[in-house]
Amino acid sequence: MKKLRIGWFSFSCCEDSTIIFTELLNEHFAQWRKLLDIRAMLVLQKKEDMTSLDVAFVEGAVTSRDQSDKLKLIRNRAKKLVAIGSCACIGMPSAQRNLFNAETKAEIEAILTRFKYSEKVLKLSEVVPIDDQVPGCPMNEKIFLNILDKYLKEFKIDA
Amino acid sequence: MHNLDLSLSDISKIEGKASCDIKIRHGKVEDVKFSISEFKRFYTRAIKGKDIVALPQLTCRICGTCSNAHLLCAIKACEKILDIHVSEQTVKLRRLLNFGLLIRDHALHLYIFVMPDFFGHDSILEFKEDDSLEHKFLHDAFQVKAVGNHLSIAVGGRSVHAPYAVVGGFTRLPNGEELKKCSDELSGLRNTVIDLIKLFKEKDKTLIRPDLQFAALLDSEYSFLDGEIYHSKGRERAGKYGDNLEYVSIPYSHASGFRFKGKTYMTGALARLNLGKDKLHPKTRQSLNSILDLFPSNNIYHNNLAQAIEILHCLDSAADIIKNFVIKEEKPLPINRKAGTGAGVIEAPRGILYYRLSVDGGGKVIKGEIVVPTGQNQIGIEESIRLYLENNLTKFKEKEDLEKEIESIVRAYDPCMSCASHFLKTRYS
Repeated sequence: MKKLRIGWFSFSCCEDSTIIFTELLNEHFAQWRKLLDIRAMLVLQKKEDMTSLDVAFVEGAVTSRDQSDKLKLIRNRAKKLVAIGSCACIGMPSAQRNLFNAETKAEIEAILTRFKYSEKVLKLSEVVPIDDQVPGCPMNEKIFLNILDKYLKEFKIDA
Repeated sequence: MHNLDLSLSDISKIEGKASCDIKIRHGKVEDVKFSISEFKRFYTRAIKGKDIVALPQLTCRICGTCSNAHLLCAIKACEKILDIHVSEQTVKLRRLLNFGLLIRDHALHLYIFVMPDFFGHDSILEFKEDDSLEHKFLHDAFQVKAVGNHLSIAVGGRSVHAPYAVVGGFTRLPNGEELKKCSDELSGLRNTVIDLIKLFKEKDKTLIRPDLQFAALLDSEYSFLDGEIYHSKGRERAGKYGDNLEYVSIPYSHASGFRFKGKTYMTGALARLNLGKDKLHPKTRQSLNSILDLFPSNNIYHNNLAQAIEILHCLDSAADIIKNFVIKEEKPLPINRKAGTGAGVIEAPRGILYYRLSVDGGGKVIKGEIVVPTGQNQIGIEESIRLYLENNLTKFKEKEDLEKEIESIVRAYDPCMSCASHFLKTRYS
């Protein structure tokens, strides 16, 4: 039976929406097992197959060149990309350092240089086009479930 | 294995991102670098200038997994500064909120992250419905996680970043009916959790660290939220905990490491069980008599077994609190902002969480230091990987098998990378 091929990816954030997703599994596992082909989700499995995704759910803000490149790769491999949670949708609170004053910026400069941080923390839409977003910190569960339903219908996955 | 360069860039089934680089030359372990690869979000800088009342809801965003532990620890530090002494009812509700977190968080680690290894699967999603044992544990996983979740929602309003818990008390109180429902669920899962404990007793692997020290916050009720710091050499006042920590810069890791009184140590469920098994709920002790004889243990894999035991303790303790709990109407205590410095110490699921905050006369944060369990365990994780490699290198023919083993050692510590990479360098004198 055809399943919706999804990936779940996390960038800079507290991963609260990942936790909410694992809690949604408590209620929805039996149903989703028949409908979803989870091809990438590091918190649940080691294997990662990004060759062809229907929907990529991406949580977190982008804070380095490597993350930006990975996000572009995900965008390239997925037909739809959904920003999950506050950091992905608006950058905050992970983008707090964008607002630091000069003195505080100077304090963190050595770390930013050593680990190749970007100059600014970006929300996803500043790096790639997004198709949908689930706001909230953590993500709003109802909106997430509605968007998932929408894509199940759009990709003609029989419930 | 004669020569090997192994770079594990994304360790799976843990919270957040970690990596490990290993260099083997002529059959000898030349280098092991365990590093936390989560990018920092600079919370201890970002909280400067924030109002003390707003602080707990901000710092709980350090980690989505142990969010409510950050919330409770930040609240404790704030109340210390403001000289607020909360009601007995608030103390009980905070314990329930934390028990909910511990049940959910330990269950996530044991069933979802670790258990697939026992059954030869990559993921719990691969558990087979037609295999009676796999079917049972698959469904147990969701039931146990759910009961912890329900308890946190009933008391705190949400299982992550609970909105009702604030400095001085709770903005909204649970009703008796909700709590009664939770109590029935908690009691109904005792045997399910005992099955989990038996599975981990049977399946946990062995990696003995004879030199390892332990530290834990313990009181007579094993409440996770109060008490003194017990450690391998004695005990002392919780507020002084930070004074005994030695900051260790790890240049290749995004997070800092720590030593306690100059020694590598472990914090978390194994430390708590080793130092305080006699303080577990009487019903838990009665049900697990012979299993508890395994503690104290220097087998780091017994951190998993200890977590399973703690789930039962949380079920029993929470059910006990709810049994005769009559909720009375009360509002959070009033707040009078004043200058000061205060520390909050609690046991988060993965170990000791320590906040030290300083605020000015208007209640604005001047300085904040936060020490999380994974930062404290970071050096121990690297040492454990090295020890394992030094003693077992000849066992492995395939690189993939070695990778799996290293991942399972890291997982035994149940590290949380989001927590560990939140801050900038902290020094203690």
